[in-house]
Amino acid sequence: MTFFFEVTINGLLVGIMYSLVALGFALIYKASNVFNMAQGAMSLFAGLALVGFLYQYMHLPLWLALLCTVGVMTIWAYVIVYGILRPLVARPPAMMFMATFGIMYILEGVGQSIYGTQAKGLNLGIPEKSFEVGGILLNTFDLIFAGVAALFVAALVWFFQKTRNGRALRAVSDDHEAALSVGIPLLKAWSMTWVIAGIVATVAGVAWGTRLGVQFSLGYIAFKALPVLIIGGIDSIPGAIIGGLIVGAGENLGEVFLGPYVGGGIQTFFPYLLALLVLYFKPYGLFGKEIIERV
Amino acid sequence: MFYRECGNYKDTYASDMAVFPIPLDRYGFIVMLILAFIVIPWTASEYWLSNIMIPFYCFGLSAIGLNILAGYAGQISIGHAAFMAVGAYTALILYGRFGIPLLLSILGGGIVSGAVGAFFGLPSLKIKGFYLAIATLASQFIIQWVIVHWQWVSGGAFGTVETPDMQIFGWELNTPVEKYYLALCWLIVLTVVAKNLVRGQLGRNWQAIRDMDYAAEIIGVNLYRDKLIAFSVATFYAGIAGALITFCYYGAANIEEFHVMVSFALLGMIIIGGLGTILGSFLGAGFFVLLPLFINRFMGIFMEVVPSEIRSNIESIIFGGLIVFFLIVEPYGMARLWQTIKDKMRLWPFPY
Repeated sequence: MTFFFEVTINGLLVGIMYSLVALGFALIYKASNVFNMAQGAMSLFAGLALVGFLYQYMHLPLWLALLCTVGVMTIWAYVIVYGILRPLVARPPAMMFMATFGIMYILEGVGQSIYGTQAKGLNLGIPEKSFEVGGILLNTFDLIFAGVAALFVAALVWFFQKTRNGRALRAVSDDHEAALSVGIPLLKAWSMTWVIAGIVATVAGVAWGTRLGVQFSLGYIAFKALPVLIIGGIDSIPGAIIGGLIVGAGENLGEVFLGPYVGGGIQTFFPYLLALLVLYFKPYGLFGKEIIERV
Repeated sequence: MFYRECGNYKDTYASDMAVFPIPLDRYGFIVMLILAFIVIPWTASEYWLSNIMIPFYCFGLSAIGLNILAGYAGQISIGHAAFMAVGAYTALILYGRFGIPLLLSILGGGIVSGAVGAFFGLPSLKIKGFYLAIATLASQFIIQWVIVHWQWVSGGAFGTVETPDMQIFGWELNTPVEKYYLALCWLIVLTVVAKNLVRGQLGRNWQAIRDMDYAAEIIGVNLYRDKLIAFSVATFYAGIAGALITFCYYGAANIEEFHVMVSFALLGMIIIGGLGTILGSFLGAGFFVLLPLFINRFMGIFMEVVPSEIRSNIESIIFGGLIVFFLIVEPYGMARLWQTIKDKMRLWPFPY
């Protein structure tokens, strides 16, 4: 039984990190109805930029390097909003979705042209120690990042619920035109959303980059976040968090208890099976807004 | 001045429904066929035939499939490359292990891929939009995993299945020219089928579903049946394309060739080429295959040897940039540009 709890808890810790990536998607979808396939590439770019500031081109202290990375992601956010999304205003969502494919390719190409394609280690000086609590083996590294992610999620929820800017963003997500008519500048709101998504991508890129090394496949963590997103509902922030926990625990349990029977390595698709199962009963995810269409 | 009909002389249904109502188009098409069948195989070098033309035809075929699904039926799929893998492995196993004739094996690859595709299309009955797009991504990962872990199919995680010598009725295909003809013949037959599918009842149903599924249902389109048919036709094309590209180009089936990035690239091809057009699938695929070549030529001006790293980075920047460019400037892709030229030619030399 302790083993079961250990697997579950370690899964949940990883799950919080999935939520972090999924949150980036949910934020942008909520504010601008764009399903941003470039979220993974943004994390990759942020990770690459951080490595660049830390070791590759400059040797900045960690806090300054993080600040510079956020600055770079902010510049990208403005470029994307003003250069790409603004001309696409009022096009069908599927078009915007495909435009983010283009953004994904551009980010990957630019990032790897500047910083090279080889895998780079990222060491933030966090000790990787394991210790036991009540018979359950935990990892300091996972715990610290789960804590950071949880704090971050809490900060975002606070921002969206309590601050003036957050309320403006929620208004934009509810209805673009109504928001415009009460004087909320749409492009400013979008830019802000993309900047926040860039910051989320930075945190995700740092967390996953430290775990897996900064390399091309970092962009693939987006594929882990997608089932999280559809389990929770694309446009729901609590959904992204709970979905992340479900996927984290589910994939770990599945790998440990089902994996041996089918030959292992099922984490790549097990979250998708979970997601399909949820979608069968709730086509808009657990917390997603049901879309009512009229002919 | 010559590019127009002089009045409406259509007095049979056949002439009214012609694919090319204008004679010049018909001649143009015949010229293209002559080019493809006679001029290119005789003049092109071996490198061009086997490294440019064959991948171009195979990706074009796969893009037609995706275009039927995403462009005509409006169901975005991000798992198309996995179905190419299904077709490739099935065809290789049928041909190599069971000794079924080559053409039938390739067809079998397509049919199995179509059946698998219909299965993975089942979620489309319940969900749609982005939720469906992500559900199709599931097919990519599940198929990849199954192929890697099913030893009998792939021979393990890093296994590849070599293509045996190809024979049609005892005639061995071993030169690039013969492989080129194999790919070309499949392409022509399946393109004609696709063009007529999307012009007919089924194609119109698909377009109705794409434009608004509820409205389509109300006017009597059988949503479930037609969505599933779209999935299985699209994946049938992917399967054939996968089998052909493995037989004629890669020479061995390896799951790495059908990675999720290939699925993304296919989606990019149909966006650049033009969603909802058959011609666009070819334009997009041609663009995708030729782009690395152009970059090589262009970079060759500045340096002796172009490192593959730089080339692939520039490739992805240009590819991404063009996806965005086309979506902003011409959402219907290169095919629409061709349409505009044709409309202009029709009126020339008069302004309207």
